[in-house]
Amino acid sequence: MHNLTIAELVRGLQSKEFTSVELTQHFLDRIASLDPAYNAVITVTAEQALQAAAAADQRLAAGNAPDLCGVPILHKDIFCTEGVRTSCGSKMLDNFVPPYNATVVENFEQAGAVVLGKTNMDEFAMGSSNETSFYGPVKNPWATDSVPGGSSGGSAAAIAARLAPGATATDTGGSIRQPAALCGVSGIKPTYGRVSRWGMIAFASSLDQGGPMARTAEDCALLLNCMASYDDRDSTCIDREVPDYTANLNYSVKGLRIGVPKEYFSEGLHPGTEKAVRAALATLQEQGAELVEISLPNSALSVPAYYVIAPAEASANLSRFDGARYGYRCEDPKDLQDMYCRSRAEGFGEEVQRRILIGTYCLSAGYYDAYYGKAQQVRQLIQQDFVSAFENVDLIMGPTCPSPAFKFGAKGDDPVAMYLEDIYTIATNLAGLPGMSIPCGMVEDKPVGLQIIGNYFDEARILNAAHQFQQLSDWHTRAPEGIA
Amino acid sequence: MSWDVVIGLEIHVQLATKTKIFSGASTAFGAEPNTQACAIDLAMPGTLPVLNKQAVNYAIMFGLAIDAEIGKLSAFERKNYFYPDLPKGYQTTQLEKPIVGRGKVEIHLADGSSKEIRIHHAHLEEDAGKSLHEGNFNSNFSGIDLNRAGTPLIEIVTEPDMYSAEEAIAFAKKIHSIVTSIGICDGEMSQGSMRFDVNISVKPSGSDTLGTRTETKNLNSFKFMEEAIKREVARQIDVLEDGGSIVQETRLYNGETKVARSMRSKEEANDYRYFPCPDLLPVVVSDDQIAELRRNLPELPDARQARFVEQYSLSDYDAGILSSDAAMANYFEAVTSACSNAKLVANWIMGELAARLNNEDLSITSSPVSADQLAGLIVRIADNSISGKMAKEVFEAIWAGEGSADEIIEARGLKQVSDSGALEQMVVDVLAANQAMVDDYINSDEAKRKKKLGGFMGQIMKASKGQANPQQVNQILVKKLNERLK
Amino acid sequence: MSIERSEIEKLATLSRIAINEETISEVSQRLGSVLELVDQLQAVNTDGVEAMSHPMQATQRLREDEVTELNRREALQAIAPETEDGLFLVPKVIE
Repeated sequence: MHNLTIAELVRGLQSKEFTSVELTQHFLDRIASLDPAYNAVITVTAEQALQAAAAADQRLAAGNAPDLCGVPILHKDIFCTEGVRTSCGSKMLDNFVPPYNATVVENFEQAGAVVLGKTNMDEFAMGSSNETSFYGPVKNPWATDSVPGGSSGGSAAAIAARLAPGATATDTGGSIRQPAALCGVSGIKPTYGRVSRWGMIAFASSLDQGGPMARTAEDCALLLNCMASYDDRDSTCIDREVPDYTANLNYSVKGLRIGVPKEYFSEGLHPGTEKAVRAALATLQEQGAELVEISLPNSALSVPAYYVIAPAEASANLSRFDGARYGYRCEDPKDLQDMYCRSRAEGFGEEVQRRILIGTYCLSAGYYDAYYGKAQQVRQLIQQDFVSAFENVDLIMGPTCPSPAFKFGAKGDDPVAMYLEDIYTIATNLAGLPGMSIPCGMVEDKPVGLQIIGNYFDEARILNAAHQFQQLSDWHTRAPEGIA
Repeated sequence: MSWDVVIGLEIHVQLATKTKIFSGASTAFGAEPNTQACAIDLAMPGTLPVLNKQAVNYAIMFGLAIDAEIGKLSAFERKNYFYPDLPKGYQTTQLEKPIVGRGKVEIHLADGSSKEIRIHHAHLEEDAGKSLHEGNFNSNFSGIDLNRAGTPLIEIVTEPDMYSAEEAIAFAKKIHSIVTSIGICDGEMSQGSMRFDVNISVKPSGSDTLGTRTETKNLNSFKFMEEAIKREVARQIDVLEDGGSIVQETRLYNGETKVARSMRSKEEANDYRYFPCPDLLPVVVSDDQIAELRRNLPELPDARQARFVEQYSLSDYDAGILSSDAAMANYFEAVTSACSNAKLVANWIMGELAARLNNEDLSITSSPVSADQLAGLIVRIADNSISGKMAKEVFEAIWAGEGSADEIIEARGLKQVSDSGALEQMVVDVLAANQAMVDDYINSDEAKRKKKLGGFMGQIMKASKGQANPQQVNQILVKKLNERLK
Repeated sequence: MSIERSEIEKLATLSRIAINEETISEVSQRLGSVLELVDQLQAVNTDGVEAMSHPMQATQRLREDEVTELNRREALQAIAPETEDGLFLVPKVIE
């Protein structure tokens, strides 16, 4: 059952080939037996899952159940789940059990999806390797000595290891697409404002966006149908009808104009990755898509702009973790300042502390204009690059990340080496555009991701192209050794 | 050496919305701690702000009332600092693009002169919660109540246009009067609905250069504000005359102990790191929305004063006092519409009622004597049913909750005797019983006779058990005595 | 590029993060390396370019002034480190 796609599971459940309880128990058993090797799941909610599955079976029996009714999924541990610990991968929230649900969690609950548990992640979503989690790193099911990517590494690894058919994730600078690429799964970051951020613990508010991960583009479309919604509790959520993302999947790519940015194939790109991505583009071209070389001249500035804006927003977003009302408080604070300083020093890991300090620096008196103000202007330039590009092309494609999964500790000492991992994904967050990664090859027995960037609210077109590619390739069906 | 005083104010006005600026939690005053602090107000992870429409409208109304430019595109910033009453670790406020731009307010001074005070801008922001230092907990701790956190405020920032405590107080009272008149603030100073930060500097008389200023924060009564200004001005002059210099600092004035102290420690290393709040989008105000609010803007205090003079023939002074407080003006109009005797109503409100409310530290909105009840009393005074002395007794009884004026007059048998036949008989009887006094009156000089009337009055009032209408008695008495002169 | 010790101390104070003495030079060096990265921005000509705070050109939606959040103190304080009589307790605040 674990090799079936969500689309297949939906059909199986609706036609009563198996029950949701059976399916749920199957995935719970897999998590129990396999996850100790991957550490992809922080919290397993077996009891609630089986209850939800039983309820889903009743709805299915009654008929007219929504698509996802009875389908087991995992939530990234950044989405607040009422009554279930929501840690955000941090010691700071190790004891945090929210009394409310994220909108995304509610959407899946209403659809009757069954939540198996919460996935591991980089602390507060700050990382590209999952090494910053308080709960220890997630291991890449394709090579357990390598990282799964981050920050949604737990979700990606869980799907790759068939611990769940789909999962929620979030993407601030590549946190859906990069781990999807490194773990050989599909994941889409929608347009900023498409998915509600209510109850999704903030890292950088103007960049954060939730999105789904699954093995196929079609499954991502099914999950996004449920995940995307207008929510009046999030001022930045866009009031716009959610289309049926599965509706256009079968359109041909004939005549599709695909922009290929030359800046995405420059120095630093692993030759194997380049080869796989070029091959994927050729496949689409053979189907009648047109490849157009384009330029995104300010691409190189996206990493520095991001590493001002994201830490600046984070430095304020994370001030609420002060030990006063919830979360970690240090032992025996000697006074108020001691409570603040030690709770935050002990509760936050090194990378989170570093980003808070960087953000504080960039916003402080005397530096604001040179850093934050400048980065906001550069952000505008980066957006303009895309606006111009989309005047001529329908989609933009290139590699998701410069190279396949690296080994643990490989980028240990220099934070900047790690930051460059997101060099191809960050710009879409700065611009607010939707982007996706799908498997498109293997290098050194590790998966390679093809990134597909669309215009605003053009998720359906991205999913269509991805699905069409998956009709012509089998990378997305491959499983790591010992998994199938 | 003589000194000029320069004062600028920052006034925090709590807006009278039902809910918080960024959450749907109630703002009602006096609730149990933290029962009106929702997940958003507590800055729980993943929660987000959504702006209250009424708070925006109220801010615009203030802008219209002070003839200011309205920011058609305003934005929110985060002001970062750690404090236990500030759950997010930043205050959401407006810096670069406030909703209300430059405006002006006219103040009237005791010497009859007027002066215009320029408003630099007014912006929307959220209030903080409260730290309690004493309670049913270990004395090494403070208790945090976040009910107030997120209450909408406008902060009004003036130019340094006030040159004395008197001007500053007149301005503060005028703002109080404006915000209560247009209904955007309840004006309850004792509940913290308006708080004042006062920037004060002094300079040698005539100098063009402003002196170094200090800021005295969080004054919540006109009285404390006046004291604080006077003390700070005196302190600064003392320092300067002793050859010292003023340190730019934040000060706290304790109204109870009348002591001000420096909060320099808090200032140290403050760097608020303002930046645009990414959770909130630019606020756009349309011309239609402004026109609509302008059309429905309640009468402003100056206009109301002029109308009171015109419509009710009140003096400028009375009209000024009544219109300075919206609740009082409304009360006045309610009483007057029910009894149509504006001058008498004004006297009672500014006299007996104001004194009584003041004694009990009550606002007119919580007056135990309703407008209808006062009108009922005034009707009986005006138709001579009761004397002024009786009226005070009846007023006290109404205050004590004994019912309407008529009920009390009836129950206590206070009805004034105004039947002229009965009064005439009473006068005749008293004169007959006091022939010696009558002779004395007749034999006195014209000038002294008037003084001797009092003796007769006393006897007659006593005979009537205080219920005789004194004016009528006086008339009859004079008539009867004059008849004897002939 | 590395940041002065005093600057690190100031940042740590502003962000209320205790930094221990032994790691300060390492922190300084790593922050310096990040600042070197972001310093690339200085070379960009951004004259006349408007700062961009939001990816979407939307405007703020306004909420009706109606009470939608009822008292949930018990649930919200169940996860608090320390409370008494409905108050959140913190080490004494000295103003």
